[in-house]
Amino acid sequence: MNITISNLHFTYPNGVQALHGISLTIQAGEQVGIVGQNGAGKTTLVRHLNGLLQPTAGEVKIGDWDTRKYSVAKLASRVGYVFQNADDQLFSRDVQTEVAFGPKNLGYPKEQVEALVSEALTLTELSEKRETNPYDLSPTWRKMVAIASVIAMNTPIIIFDEPTTGQDAANIARIANVIRVLRERRKTVITITHDIDFCAENFERVIAMAQGRILLDGNANEVLGQEDILATTYVDPPQLTRLGKRLGFEQTVRTEEEFLAALSQRTLG
Amino acid sequence: MAIVTLENVTYKYPLTETPALQNINLQVEEGEFVAVIGPNGAGKSTLCYTLAGFVPHFFKGELTGRVEVAGMESSESALHEWVLNVGLAFQNPFNQISGAKYTVFEEIAFGLENIGVPREEMKVRVEEAMKLTGISDLADRSPYSLSGGQQQRVALTSILVMQPKVLVLDEPTSQLDPIGTREVFGVIRTMTERGMTVVMAEHKVEWIANFADRVIALYEGQILLDGTPRKVLTSDLLKEKGFGISRYTSVARKAKTLGLWTREQLPITLEEAAEGFALTPHPSPEGRGES
Repeated sequence: MNITISNLHFTYPNGVQALHGISLTIQAGEQVGIVGQNGAGKTTLVRHLNGLLQPTAGEVKIGDWDTRKYSVAKLASRVGYVFQNADDQLFSRDVQTEVAFGPKNLGYPKEQVEALVSEALTLTELSEKRETNPYDLSPTWRKMVAIASVIAMNTPIIIFDEPTTGQDAANIARIANVIRVLRERRKTVITITHDIDFCAENFERVIAMAQGRILLDGNANEVLGQEDILATTYVDPPQLTRLGKRLGFEQTVRTEEEFLAALSQRTLG
Repeated sequence: MAIVTLENVTYKYPLTETPALQNINLQVEEGEFVAVIGPNGAGKSTLCYTLAGFVPHFFKGELTGRVEVAGMESSESALHEWVLNVGLAFQNPFNQISGAKYTVFEEIAFGLENIGVPREEMKVRVEEAMKLTGISDLADRSPYSLSGGQQQRVALTSILVMQPKVLVLDEPTSQLDPIGTREVFGVIRTMTERGMTVVMAEHKVEWIANFADRVIALYEGQILLDGTPRKVLTSDLLKEKGFGISRYTSVARKAKTLGLWTREQLPITLEEAAEGFALTPHPSPEGRGES
């Protein structure tokens, strides 16, 4: 299911113009990282995908659905959204009820709801915590509950808004694993992140936004290598990209594997 | 001179069995910039709360050992005395905003109002603090209309304006963009150069390596390592225990096993990594350093 955004403009009721003519196509099964400074319009953009915001001008289509013609509840069957702050979306008294809420509301049969919940809990390593109250869990695990509750809805498109904020290395690895599995399942994943190293290691396509516009959009190595342009939107290239540039590597590298390969080639001349 | 002294500090939150902090011994010198790292649940926030007096005065629970900060003993001084000397910026800035003020300017002045600073001085201090953290343009906005990153800068500013002797920061850059993060580290470095003491819980190892004087690694409520950024951030223990480490350190460690990193010492910053990898042997001496 493709996402097609055409000349999207958005102005908040207080007059702040947050998006100035965004046009963008995301193919089914693509995994896209969105980077850019605070206030660049990243969250405003993705909130158009599930109808939380409606275009001031222009059009957003999820498959063949124009988001202006479908309710947020309806769009929830196509687009799942994991909020930046997990506490904004959790309300049930135990983890499994929380995770079952979405698929139940989408009207899946009981057996399928159970299967989707179990699968989502396994993927997020929450199986042993299924009867715990989400608010008895640490913020780290509450984040995983929020992720599980969206995955269980089995939507073709999933949005993550700053999934790694405040997470430790172990949990960032868990989240990266979730995204890898979603890639294998051919889900479309759109992730807003300030964690540029996380972005570099997990996304093949990267979009950089600044002041309500798209600044760069393309293959991760092409986008993340453009140090000067990224600096205008307050983003530094990934650590290893910067190191590769400093060492004069001809190609842009972003992962440890790419860095070591480039280093040894250079060493062998 | 030590401005923070913790001796054999053990603390349990109410109704819990396992101590959140266990036998912590720690001294921080005046003007030092100390970063505290550790996995989630290691006790970083609890340590911040202890230094700021919230543990045990606000959270209650059971504290043993001695806590002395800026000449106050935790067992003797009340929270209202504590706030005159120690400032704490919370992990979630939303929790810190007073809810009583309509503009960012008033929000930042709130603490000064409460301690009775004269109006004229208050204005000057608020404007200075906003300039320092780069939020002067937000002065007339509602604190609730801001993005997470902007709120985080407001929360930090509202503490800086109090000019505490000891500044305690619980992940103050978690919602900031990368260059915003670097700027905040820069501001904090400036404050320490002016004599403020800073203790900061933080995951962003690259900036800790560049700016902090000292790093404390917490693990399961105990101090695992305490020393210079170089010593702590390159320790094999961090990798074993699942701490986040910089890509520079991590890739150099792998390169070392492949014979592609020749120095004994692993790098913690971009500069050190670039210098070290420039020494990686090339087939002919002429090739060295060329690209």
